[in-house]
Amino acid sequence: MSQTLLQVKDLHTIFPIESGEVRAVNGINFSLDRGKVLGIVGESGSGKSVTAYSILRILDNPGKISQGEILFEEEDIVRMPPGRIRQIRGDKISIIFQDPMTSLNPVFTVGNQLTEAIRLHTRRNRRQARERALEMLRLVGVNEPAKRLKQYPHQLSGGMRQRVMIAMAMACEPDILIADEPTTALDVTIQAQILELMLELKDKLGMSIIMITHDLGVIAEMCDEIIVMYAGRICERGTAEEIFYNPRHEYTKGLLRSIPKITVGHEKLTPIGGSPVDLLNMPSGCAFSARCDQAMKVCLTQQPEEIWVAKDHLASCWLNIRDGVRYEAGEGGGTNG
Amino acid sequence: MAEHLLEVKGLKQHFPIKTGFFQKTMLKAVDGVSFTIDQGETLGLVGESGCGKTTVGRSILRLYTPTAGSVKYKGEEIDDHNIQRFRREMQVVFQDPYSSLNPRMTVGDIVGEPLDIHKLYKNDKEREEKVAHLLQLVGLNADHKRRYAHEFSGGQRQRIGIARALAVNPEFIVCDEPVSALDVSIQAQIINTFEELQEKLGLAYLFIAHDLHVVHHMSRRVAVMYLGKIVEMAPADEIISGPRHPYTQSLMSAIPIPDPIKARDRHRVVLEGEVPSPLNLPSGCSFRTRCRYAIERCEIETPELMETSPGHEAACWNPQ
Repeated sequence: MSQTLLQVKDLHTIFPIESGEVRAVNGINFSLDRGKVLGIVGESGSGKSVTAYSILRILDNPGKISQGEILFEEEDIVRMPPGRIRQIRGDKISIIFQDPMTSLNPVFTVGNQLTEAIRLHTRRNRRQARERALEMLRLVGVNEPAKRLKQYPHQLSGGMRQRVMIAMAMACEPDILIADEPTTALDVTIQAQILELMLELKDKLGMSIIMITHDLGVIAEMCDEIIVMYAGRICERGTAEEIFYNPRHEYTKGLLRSIPKITVGHEKLTPIGGSPVDLLNMPSGCAFSARCDQAMKVCLTQQPEEIWVAKDHLASCWLNIRDGVRYEAGEGGGTNG
Repeated sequence: MAEHLLEVKGLKQHFPIKTGFFQKTMLKAVDGVSFTIDQGETLGLVGESGCGKTTVGRSILRLYTPTAGSVKYKGEEIDDHNIQRFRREMQVVFQDPYSSLNPRMTVGDIVGEPLDIHKLYKNDKEREEKVAHLLQLVGLNADHKRRYAHEFSGGQRQRIGIARALAVNPEFIVCDEPVSALDVSIQAQIINTFEELQEKLGLAYLFIAHDLHVVHHMSRRVAVMYLGKIVEMAPADEIISGPRHPYTQSLMSAIPIPDPIKARDRHRVVLEGEVPSPLNLPSGCSFRTRCRYAIERCEIETPELMETSPGHEAACWNPQ
């Protein structure tokens, strides 16, 4: 099983605050194979970004991982000493943040920030690092790279800044690239360019990508496997085809129904009722039960267990258990965490 | 001739920008935009950031004083002197439900403020009834009026913004990216609310958004903007099934499709380069620097909207 690069086992991440404990991530399991694109979808507060930050251990205060393991090449990130995790960050696993406007340091030039990461993780001297930076900027499609190195972030447009972020994240050829809503702040035509670029670089460098987004369109275009999160738990996971054409969790179905379709004619949208759960007062049963129009008695009191519903497809919903939807030869599936 | 509810003609909105110590350049945010909106109709306005779509909405409402052009409401020209009267008929819902509500006012006061300004009630009891009615109209509870905006989720806040816009009983609402700050599941709720209110109250909308999915869903006609100009205007279904302007085509093909098989199979026209600076526009057609079909004429002459088929207009010398 040398294919598996990253394995997350029973991860719990909590934020203890005055009024209680916010359980942002609530026992999730998944694994990521080499060269694959894994998509994590969910709405704000579902725990998708916190999962990413947990993997890199860059949680904001007072967040902490309270339980679980994150195995990267058999090494547990959760229990790693700070010195070791710093070696991994940027070198083996790097991240592109959502907002290109605020994630670059405004008082340093682009060149300064790019070469810093390169010199920290490789044995390059200043000149070699500068050359590497130029090469990376060219690779991500920044025009006049030599001039850009001397510029400050505010002199670049949003698309350019996001390209610089990507160049920075890829400069050390990481094994895993985590992209946390990398195109949400960008226009669609620029988004198309950036997504195309990420897939191209993935093939060229053989990376794995974890793509975090709330945009189902982006997920459909980019990902091999998809995890749907709700209230800190995984409610459904599987291959892109399974999730889009054969959803087996009411939340996923609701999400797919609530996006307007670009087809001729007018269909009324079917929104998901209610509002997102309060993470401080989580129900004891299925977290989605309060908004689910199919909810049964058992949904309110007991957490459904995750079962195989088809090949390469797992879901946690009582309805599948009630209806006897079960895929027996599930052990061969690729998504088992 | 049937009268349009709103008629915008040659609207220009230029902003002076300091480019040097003594120098000023004009930023042409909106540069000659014309359209009409009928009673109870929705016109969608799409475009990327910086194309001037928000400015169009604000200039119509005279939140800015337009540089040139005319805006007529029910056949009457709007100017700086009579705008107060028109504000009872034209309202706006803003993009950001977090910064467009005063955090120090209760919801009741936020929704009631337009009633105070336009003196639309006789006594306190009537004001209270009206506020309660408005909150119920947008799907909130009448008891919510004592709470503050921070106690609500994004979707509920947007409902408060809508209730505030409806307070003066308007006929026309500018919806400036009203759902783009919301989660998908909540987005659908708000879109449906807008549609229901339109049916119930006969409202006309100018629906501004960057998301073509949402705009297509909401509108009967759609106008596509690029760098301060409308480049194509057509019935909503035609914009997606047969776009004529190369910019609309690339915009269409850049939109991610939430369907893995279709997404993999389709042919994509990825636009090269970025939007030119609005301070330094190319000569002729401003899209020609990124256009695959540009011909010589595009560099010399600026194309105006021309009818390519009935009800379908495109500003292009070489429509596809």
